[in-house]
Amino acid sequence: MSDLQIERLDDHRWIIPPVGGMRVPGMIYSSDRMAGGIGSDESPRQVANVAHLPGIINYSFAMPDMHWGYGFPIGGVAAFDTAEGVISPGGVGYDINCGVRVMTTGITEADMGGKLHDLVTALFQNIPSGVGSTGKLKLSLKEERQVLRDGARWAIENGYGSPEDLVTTEDGGTMEGADPACLSDRALDRGRAQLGTLGSGNHFLEVEVVDEIFDEEAARAFGLEEGRIAVAIHSGSRGLGYQVCDDFLARMVHRIHRLDFPLPDRQLACAYLASEEGKEYYTAMACAANYAWANRQMLMHWTRETFERVLGMSPRTLQMRLLYDVCHNIAKIEEFPVEGRTRRVCVHRKGATRAFPPGHAVLPASYRAVGQPVLIPGDMGTGSYILAGTDGAYKETFGSTCHGAGRVMSRSRAVKASRKRSIGREMAQRGVVVMATGKRTLMEELPEAYKAVDDVVDVVHNAGLSKKVARLRAIGCIKG
Amino acid sequence: MVPGVDGSREGLDPRNPLSPETGTETRLKELFAMDKRYTTFDHTADLGIEIYGRNERELFANAAFALFDIMTDVTAVYPKVERDISIEGAGWEDLLVNFLREVLYLFNGEGLSLRSFLVSAIDSEHITGTVRGEFFDTDRHCLHREVKAITYHRAEIMKGAHGLTARVICDV
Repeated sequence: MSDLQIERLDDHRWIIPPVGGMRVPGMIYSSDRMAGGIGSDESPRQVANVAHLPGIINYSFAMPDMHWGYGFPIGGVAAFDTAEGVISPGGVGYDINCGVRVMTTGITEADMGGKLHDLVTALFQNIPSGVGSTGKLKLSLKEERQVLRDGARWAIENGYGSPEDLVTTEDGGTMEGADPACLSDRALDRGRAQLGTLGSGNHFLEVEVVDEIFDEEAARAFGLEEGRIAVAIHSGSRGLGYQVCDDFLARMVHRIHRLDFPLPDRQLACAYLASEEGKEYYTAMACAANYAWANRQMLMHWTRETFERVLGMSPRTLQMRLLYDVCHNIAKIEEFPVEGRTRRVCVHRKGATRAFPPGHAVLPASYRAVGQPVLIPGDMGTGSYILAGTDGAYKETFGSTCHGAGRVMSRSRAVKASRKRSIGREMAQRGVVVMATGKRTLMEELPEAYKAVDDVVDVVHNAGLSKKVARLRAIGCIKG
Repeated sequence: MVPGVDGSREGLDPRNPLSPETGTETRLKELFAMDKRYTTFDHTADLGIEIYGRNERELFANAAFALFDIMTDVTAVYPKVERDISIEGAGWEDLLVNFLREVLYLFNGEGLSLRSFLVSAIDSEHITGTVRGEFFDTDRHCLHREVKAITYHRAEIMKGAHGLTARVICDV
């Protein structure tokens, strides 16, 4: 990293001036509290590597939860010109449309009448989770193709939720331009068995309490009230998404020598957006994105059913309403003001969340005055933040902000640090009921393995990339 | 068979395991003497595997063994099902990544847990061989950890006087 200079611009911005083949500078968001972490792994080098790609506009960005990823860093954001720029599977990640949704409810912890443990147990039984978990339903190939084309809309049409859920899902839960013909048989095979499963690793379902409100007006618009129960679901496109990434990465790696520009890292393999290969990847990625939206919609539906049954409450009493659903591993064609004119660009968000400002046309009417809800899960058992999108993000980072806590400790180091400890009991002492399929997952997801989510959120708040609306505290957690 | 070889890499220069300065050529010899086929190393959120072999055939077979030994208890897997595989690559590293992607798919995509890996022919652009195992059975088999993908990141094969060392990084 010797040739890379990292210069501090202000309290929250660090710049990597262009050297060598970098077409634009790098921009890293951080703070004094977190800056010790910049450069502790190879992620600044990755920020610089992304800046080499053709058609990149303004900066190669990294959010404060930045850590090392394949090709792009996790927390990386980059926008590319649709005519001259590229699309890269490594800029989206293996888990295409990994994302979060949060539901608000009309009940408090006291209303649950001591049934939290029963509720978490029932959720753990009803929501398939764990490594390689398969779903409750067997899809036909025809049905799977419909899922891939229609996303969450397919789920609603098949009885998993209500049409209002789509209003508060990013892109209405359907990415246009998805064509299942671009998917390999392997991707389709893996997808058929796993729809409606949470997965493993850092994916979770959490029962939370609204703990603190920072912005009354936005909280009201989002339906967040102190003391009320909420549910957060973090999951993605499962094996289908991994297979799409793996298939296209291999194809693009094998054609690297045909690109008319040098690549600093093979894992940055990419194709021009306007090329056949670029279009095919976009189309396949859209299929995986739709699969993930249908998946989260189904998980939410079973969550609602479980709440009703265990707590013995009607949907009217529970008022389990989808606050919002965001994806944080995606590339999307969006319009932004660039140097005084509106440009259509392809924004890669790899471990970064869209954060559109108040007044943006794609927002549901009820949120238009306050901005898009941004959902930031913390580390296991901590809870989540709800933020709102801002003009700052729209003008500076192509409407993007952070996505989570950001891993700082490798999984095996976390396992070593967990030895002779009962993570489940530690969680219980903090008032969190945790259930996991694998004991190792609990150890790997040790809270100390992540950057403090409070620090991450403070950076994006203070840098003007989004504003804090509320903090939610976890009381129950299921993990794969 | 050395199940669960999951040694720490302390004392090794992680950037250059075969550098003469660290004396790892001697270490490689010792590893063979101990019948160690691989070790693992940390890579931020992911898992690296360092694989050893006296020649390419052994290196590739050991790499596939390492992958399944990390994911499952290979000693509980019986060689009931057989698959012939034939994989191409643009050079040794690319071939290794593609070979591992293929056997990983047999597990992740088809649920086939493997324990035996026979390489029948190999050059820098092709590998053919036979793998054996059985379908994963939750009643009899345990899953240690999930490997989501084999990456091209820093995949490398190094040749020394006593044999070969390969490194790949898995997305876990």
